[in-house]
Amino acid sequence: MTAAAREEILRRIRAAAVPPAPEPPRHYLRHAPGTDPDDRPGTLALFAERLAEYGARVLRATDPGPAVARALHEEGARSLVVPDGLPADWTADWDGEVRADRPPLGKAELDATDAVLTSCAAAVADSGTLVLDGGPAQGRRAVTLLPDLHVCVVRAEQVHSALSGALAVLDPARPLTFVSGPSATADIEMIRVKGVHGPRRLVVVLLEAPSG
Amino acid sequence: MSRSFLGWPAFPEAAAREVGNRQLRENVRRATHTIRGKRAVLAAERPDWEQLRDSAAAIKDRVLAGLEGYLLQVEEKVTAAGGTVHWARDAAEANRIVTDLVRATGEREIVKVKSMLTEEIGLDAALEAAGINARETDLAATIVQLGDDLPSHVVVPALHRNRSEIRDIFAREMGRHGRPAPEGLTDDPAELAEAARLHLREKFLGAKVAVSGANFVVAETGTLVVVESEGNGRMCLTLADTLISVVGIEKTVPRWQDLEVLLQLLARNATGERMAPYTSTWTGTVDGDGPRDFHLVLVDNGRTRALADPVGRQALRCIRCGACMNTCPVYERTGGHAYGSVYPGPIGAILNPLLRGLDDPQTASLPYASTLCGACNEVCPVRIRFTDVLLDLRAQVADGGRHPVERVALNTVGAAMQRPLLWKAAVKGAGLLGPLLPARTPVPGWTDNRALPDVPGESFRTWWKRNEGERA
Repeated sequence: MTAAAREEILRRIRAAAVPPAPEPPRHYLRHAPGTDPDDRPGTLALFAERLAEYGARVLRATDPGPAVARALHEEGARSLVVPDGLPADWTADWDGEVRADRPPLGKAELDATDAVLTSCAAAVADSGTLVLDGGPAQGRRAVTLLPDLHVCVVRAEQVHSALSGALAVLDPARPLTFVSGPSATADIEMIRVKGVHGPRRLVVVLLEAPSG
Repeated sequence: MSRSFLGWPAFPEAAAREVGNRQLRENVRRATHTIRGKRAVLAAERPDWEQLRDSAAAIKDRVLAGLEGYLLQVEEKVTAAGGTVHWARDAAEANRIVTDLVRATGEREIVKVKSMLTEEIGLDAALEAAGINARETDLAATIVQLGDDLPSHVVVPALHRNRSEIRDIFAREMGRHGRPAPEGLTDDPAELAEAARLHLREKFLGAKVAVSGANFVVAETGTLVVVESEGNGRMCLTLADTLISVVGIEKTVPRWQDLEVLLQLLARNATGERMAPYTSTWTGTVDGDGPRDFHLVLVDNGRTRALADPVGRQALRCIRCGACMNTCPVYERTGGHAYGSVYPGPIGAILNPLLRGLDDPQTASLPYASTLCGACNEVCPVRIRFTDVLLDLRAQVADGGRHPVERVALNTVGAAMQRPLLWKAAVKGAGLLGPLLPARTPVPGWTDNRALPDVPGESFRTWWKRNEGERA
């Protein structure tokens, strides 16, 4: 039956006889407006600024361990889920309970865990966006969804000026989650409320190479 | 039983009823003006805004021109990635496919991500008739569902409700469908959102089957894209064992790179954000992450009819940002329900007749639900020329003999204008007879809502001759 439907729909499309259309023009910017894409400090500053606008916290650090511990302490987390492949030194300075997602934790266990710590696959300065692709140290999607606090370590070189740069390095075959600030809604009288179903708090540890 | 727009009155009748609701007008005005303001700021932030629109319009035209090939590509890529593709000619067929898929799992309650297409085809009611309870999870869609109401906006379906109405709905209805609203719930938006979080969390954790739509389907990779703010989309797309995505055939985009154009325009235009909080993409199924079974239902339901209309087919470029309704002076006064469809505002005024035809009085009334001011043309991210399509549809209505009086009148005027002597005599006659007409002469269909203008005693030509003479 679906085969008959398929044939019929394709026949109707052919019958509509739509004339050919040219290749789309692409004269738009490939970097954040009003910035110099080669200005790395400027790009990182913009990333931090945009995240803060959404209500996400940004900690800039050269050593991940103390920064992660500080974020978890200040947000009052007592339990933390970590995906496979997370560098051990990221949690070395924290004294709370660490739950590895191996074997995979159940939905209820994830829901009862305070925080999740991950890396990311790419980030976008212009929109303050993190992208998770389920790769090492990022975990499956449920892990970054159910705990109420998400702490994400972003390496400075992963930050692209605009979406174009990030899309070019991402693999569409993987399940991707683009996160631009914490969960939010404006469905009631267009008043922005932070936090509905996704993690209500987002902390980004922006990791830069030590200078000198 | 969930409500539907079936048997809805034509626009003038429905609008006349809605404009009498002062609370509704205030709610709609406040909401549309807020989004308009935010959108304007973020559109102005891009010096390349017009180039983005050019590109987006061309991408969607490219889709429409090569739709058969792109759909076959989608089918091939999704199948190769472990998904199953189904095709549905109309709403009944789509509903049957989804109902059968849910039945096969044995589940009686499922969760849904807000999707205009599933509203269009009446999926919730079809599932209900089969004994399956489909729970909406977007906050606004939850408000609409719990209130046994109808959506009035494509992005913010409960835009016509204010906080105290929402509080009453939650306090009254949540307990009948699961976890009740907390005791002493106030109308503070943060408290209302928290009530929805608690009510829905147990449903997300228990759900085995989820139904979604998609904002885009990338042909070259077979990737589906869902853009949302709250995380309810992520919950449905990630936690269920079976995911069924019901998608209109026009949602296809050719290339992965096209998302850099469409995602940036969509968020700015829809909600005044640079990116919506969450954008999820997936290609088929992934071992150990998310649903084990994935079904994509590709739905026509009138889209090929719209595609065959040379002027109207541009309406299929629409990415459902809602900017046209936020800026429309008619929508602002009538609200969304007057349009009798899940697609209200300017896009509804053209899309509904194109999808369903002009044979019934309700759809035939919609091309007239516009002042032709063209504000929608200016904000549309994919450059739909709404006024062109509205005028063309009005011509189709007139040619179809649905406004016989107007047609006879215009033919008569046209004939007179082609004969100068006859025209002069007619104008002069009108000038002489005009003052004899009573002040409130009724003309059916015209003077219901406005006064007939006075007929001037002197024609423009006569006036021109007199004044030009004075100047010379």
